[in-house]
Amino acid sequence: MYSDTTADQEEKNNYLNHSKGIKSWLTSLDHKRIGVMYLFSILIFFLVGGIFALIVRTELWGPTKTFIDANTYNQAFTYHGTIMTFMVILPLIPSAIGNIILPMQLGAKDVAFPRLNLISYYVYMSGALLAVVTLFVGRVDTGWTFYTPYSIRTGGATILVLAGAFLMGFAAILTALNFIVTVHKLRAPGLTWSKLPLFIWCLYATNIIQMLATPVIALTLMLLTFERLMGIGIFDATLGGDPVLFQHFFWFYSHPAVYIMILPAMGIINEVIPVFSRKTIFGYGGMAVAVFGIALVSFVVWGHHMFTSGQSETANFIFSLITMFVAVPTGIKMFGWIATMYQGSIRLDTPMLYALSFLFVFLVGGLTGVFLATLPLNVHLTDTYFVVAHFHYTMVGGAIMAFLAGLHYWYPKFVGKMYLEIPARIGCVLTFVGFNVTFLPQFVMGIRGLPRRYYDYPPEFTQLNQVSTVGSFLIAFGLLWTFLFLIISAYKGPKAPRNPWGANTLEWQTSSPPYHENFETQPIVTKGPYDYHS
Amino acid sequence: MNTHHHILSVKHCSIIFGTLLIFTLLTVAAAHMDFGYFNFPLAMLIATIKASLVVFYFMGLKFDSTENRVIFFSSFIFLAIFIVLISSDVLFRKADVYVPHNEIFNAKKFSSEEVPHD
Repeated sequence: MYSDTTADQEEKNNYLNHSKGIKSWLTSLDHKRIGVMYLFSILIFFLVGGIFALIVRTELWGPTKTFIDANTYNQAFTYHGTIMTFMVILPLIPSAIGNIILPMQLGAKDVAFPRLNLISYYVYMSGALLAVVTLFVGRVDTGWTFYTPYSIRTGGATILVLAGAFLMGFAAILTALNFIVTVHKLRAPGLTWSKLPLFIWCLYATNIIQMLATPVIALTLMLLTFERLMGIGIFDATLGGDPVLFQHFFWFYSHPAVYIMILPAMGIINEVIPVFSRKTIFGYGGMAVAVFGIALVSFVVWGHHMFTSGQSETANFIFSLITMFVAVPTGIKMFGWIATMYQGSIRLDTPMLYALSFLFVFLVGGLTGVFLATLPLNVHLTDTYFVVAHFHYTMVGGAIMAFLAGLHYWYPKFVGKMYLEIPARIGCVLTFVGFNVTFLPQFVMGIRGLPRRYYDYPPEFTQLNQVSTVGSFLIAFGLLWTFLFLIISAYKGPKAPRNPWGANTLEWQTSSPPYHENFETQPIVTKGPYDYHS
Repeated sequence: MNTHHHILSVKHCSIIFGTLLIFTLLTVAAAHMDFGYFNFPLAMLIATIKASLVVFYFMGLKFDSTENRVIFFSSFIFLAIFIVLISSDVLFRKADVYVPHNEIFNAKKFSSEEVPHD
């Protein structure tokens, strides 16, 4: 029960009203404001990357030229992949939502190093802008993987994009370091490791991957830059180098990077499902250990991206075998979520709808991953649309559905208003249907042998391509609808109470939106994050 | 929690700095001499000694907590994974995958103009 005076106090001291003006935002050390800046920047890049996706899908409406030439098509899918991977999905949940929520879930005033947090944002923006500026000074057509030898020889401002990716990786390392120290040092009294919300566990595991793997991609991109500038002969076979070595270096980072994208997504699902099922999460310990199991296995399976690259048969066998182990911790998570819902009082609010969508798309992505890990099948399916559909189901479907679940779940906390429920549900259905209409036909095209990244295709693939293109516009419509109503909700939505979902984690104990320093008094933790029975 | 911070004396700093300079000269000298099979191991040995001096003294790992030392050295496990699994490729590739050594160096290098764009 709050008096009018308390409400006035909350209104005046919340992080949105604490100080005014653009400068107060751009120089803010408040983790919530930095998280919001990340969120807006990433969503703008999401829009740009999405436009490139629509360009690619529109061009593929029919065989041969539809409206752009082959070179422009190559550039369009390169920018779509590069922007979506490095600028959107990698930082989306850890740097945006994680930045806002992590300190509050720990009961802390801020992250351990607030200045480093702000620096990491500007380093990220510098890298992102450096990469995007190449659209105007020399467009790149290497694909987001920068495979050698093509990336050594092709024109365009490839080095600028590499430098951009290097800087964004550096920003990720700074954020990861900051979060790890924050989790170790700034937990509220009573918040022992066994009482940490699973979202924190997932971010923590993600940060460890970021710290260990990102330096390798930084080194790889630098070597590629030196190869282009000086011909040092590391990856260039004509100088005695090994182009397949580039793929080893690249995937040593980029496969764990898939889990940088998906572990925080799993973290959000871990929060949403118990709250909207009104049940304690099934197997808390197992769920936490599974996160680290996934993180560990992610480091030893990268060679499954290279089965047809000329890699030795011995390595192919080893990587195929180890890759199967990913299914074990992932299966623990899936069964844990389903068991949590079993006999729960399920409420189908928008966050829960997105969580259920996540379970479906991630299951499809995961199971088709088993196909691809199987060596003989992979030889047939590699570099076809089957792979495109598979990784969109895991990385995009998984991460974006979970992000939208998290965005709606914490929207009352971010903005202080409730989102409009009916339009939000319609947006969820549109996005989910659009996603499946886009990518399910791509599995069929891939099995029938249509290679990915091709500008032209045989006429018998026209119908499936057109269905996929219609689906892509449906996703775009669904997302625009969703964000439009989220903007409207910020002005017209009803005032959010402190804890609209009846959740147990600490961020719901403070006002909506939270105070500048998060809590009026230091919270003390006495029960577990999913304890709905005591 | 380790609250003790070890401050390295100027004398010790100077000794380590001097040692690093000597090893840098050794690096340059070794690069100008041919030790046959031992060229690479020798270069790596000198580099490892230099890196160890920096890590243990300038970065203070010698005076740090055991926990941090364990964390630091555990990162070598990932390096070992990286090298071992890449070796499972490089050491077991079929010989006919490779172009003969002399042909590699005689091969005409592509120029960017020769890359087909349409």
